[in-house]
Amino acid sequence: MSNVTGKSHAELASIFNQDEPRVDWHDETLWWIRQKRDVQAHKLPEWELLRETASQIKNNVLSNLSTYLEQFEANAINNGIIVHWATDAEEHNQIIHRLLQERGINRMVKSKSMLTEECHLNEYLKEQGIDVIDSDLGERIVQLANEPPSHIVLPCIHKKKEEIGDIFHEHLGSAKGESDPKILTETARQHLREVFLTRRAALTGVNFAIAETGEFVICTNEGNADMGAHLAEIHIASMGIEKIIPERKHLGVFLRLLTRSATGQPITTYSSHFKRPQQGTDIHIVIVDNGRSIQLGREDFRNSLKCIRCGACMNTCPVYRKSGGHSYHTAVAGPIGSILAPNLDMKKYADLPFASTLCGSCSNVCPVKIDIHDQLYKWRQVIVKEGYSPTAKTMAMKAMAFTLSSPTLYRSGGKVGRLVFKYAPFAVNNSLNPWYKHREMPKAPEQSFGEWYNKRKEGKQ
Amino acid sequence: MSREKILTAVKKNQFTHAPLPDLEILNSLTATGDDLTPQYTSVASAGGSFVYEVKDWEAIKTILHKEFKPGVKIISGIPELDEYTYAGNVLQESSHSFADAELTILSSNLGVAENGALWLTESQMNIRVLPFISQHLAVVISKDALVPTMAQAYDQIGNADYGYGAFISGPSKTADIEQSLVIGAHGPRSLSVFILI
Repeated sequence: MSNVTGKSHAELASIFNQDEPRVDWHDETLWWIRQKRDVQAHKLPEWELLRETASQIKNNVLSNLSTYLEQFEANAINNGIIVHWATDAEEHNQIIHRLLQERGINRMVKSKSMLTEECHLNEYLKEQGIDVIDSDLGERIVQLANEPPSHIVLPCIHKKKEEIGDIFHEHLGSAKGESDPKILTETARQHLREVFLTRRAALTGVNFAIAETGEFVICTNEGNADMGAHLAEIHIASMGIEKIIPERKHLGVFLRLLTRSATGQPITTYSSHFKRPQQGTDIHIVIVDNGRSIQLGREDFRNSLKCIRCGACMNTCPVYRKSGGHSYHTAVAGPIGSILAPNLDMKKYADLPFASTLCGSCSNVCPVKIDIHDQLYKWRQVIVKEGYSPTAKTMAMKAMAFTLSSPTLYRSGGKVGRLVFKYAPFAVNNSLNPWYKHREMPKAPEQSFGEWYNKRKEGKQ
Repeated sequence: MSREKILTAVKKNQFTHAPLPDLEILNSLTATGDDLTPQYTSVASAGGSFVYEVKDWEAIKTILHKEFKPGVKIISGIPELDEYTYAGNVLQESSHSFADAELTILSSNLGVAENGALWLTESQMNIRVLPFISQHLAVVISKDALVPTMAQAYDQIGNADYGYGAFISGPSKTADIEQSLVIGAHGPRSLSVFILI
């Protein structure tokens, strides 16, 4: 569903920006969540040590990932869990389809899994005639609206309650014009309860997979992952290879950081540890690479694999807050998405590392201390070097490099520029200049520093 | 095979060894000998739980009688609360058959003061879906079972074996619609915590 239009972040953001009051509302809502995160973080004097410890644990994971993956697999199998491996999205989707097909299942309930968004699983299964219902409230709302989630933790943060009311009226039979969040949530509860009770298959994501024990942990506030998994005869859990942590006790670090960073709660309502299947049921785990092993080999970018998907970098990002998640045209939006996506397709996502002010706020709130803004800056250099930067930017940069390399050209160029500003400001202050869109161009000085300095020297003599 | 392909690629690309950090300093920073009941109560209440400090089982029964009308389906995983259907006696019933449960009462041996979470394993739940499918949930815990943070909680869990376990920190909730907090998403509409002092 992402980027069906082929538009860039800037183009998509300008569509989002047409409705200014909504942009302000979006901006303020996310900033409010960022502030809730701050309140929680500041309550813990050991917060910075927690972040550092989490980051070091993830360093260890990334340096021993193959061993941990094998250890996790062996322990999971020993626990009675069936393990599958998928090199890419296509293989992941095929494995899930096969598991359902083998049991003659054509309806499945799913809890939040950004990996399945990345793999476009819903669309794939739909083509195979399998009905998938997302059970996280926010995900169900965007699913009914036929949109992708705009935020990894808050999938419908871009939607107003009145719009959700209209969607529920159309699809779930709530009263016309009803927009009370309590009543709408109750409507969804009734609708989804029937789904949980009738689906034989449930798919969930994985927050943490523990090598030492072969168990995996899923965190939700709604309880939807548990309702789906405990009532189904087959539970399929999809996980990226980077979800591994070495030991169970490390959960004592990550679970303290995750929700405080995500929503400003001290922990999610449910942190569920799945170790063995329930009697008479199966648990399948699909371990997915889909480009992650390549990212692991990129020295400048492998730290992005430490991400625990809290979304704090989105909530704090001035560009995300004012451009909306859909502008990023990728499953994981915001700063972290912008350093993950170019690994998958550098050409398609060449615009994303530029959708940042490099202010560094993302790196400051990241619970596992990923150097997000440094990586954004580094991706820009890689993208330009590989020739994927936007043509206009490439031309401008080439012209600049050419001008700066010659003192004569530089001096005459400066003079021409100042004359243009003075006598023909309309030549730059127009809508063809993207810089002018939201800014006044500066007033040009009468003379350059070089000219002033030379005159000053002449005057002294 | 994909497994070998992935593992080979990972092995090739993973970088030089980075040691695991020591968790002891972190754990010692948060350890405390204080009475954790007030902190637990304040954090759990902020998360939407109803917390009661009670002296004995009779006190719990009195509160339950007041809050729940007779005639509704109540499942108890605690032998002391024997006027209700004992979960241990209905283990063979299908998970789906508890869809009409109004209240489930379970016990926990581990509670966390910093976030209000209660640790329950499958053996305490009896049936995995019970604490989720029930309209309301009550958990009984001893005051001595409270620890300061998740660090001490996992110290205590250690390498215990369980098929399934969960930290439950409140009623099921969502704020997906305009960030308005709504209690009662898919699971219990309330969590009552009885702290036996």
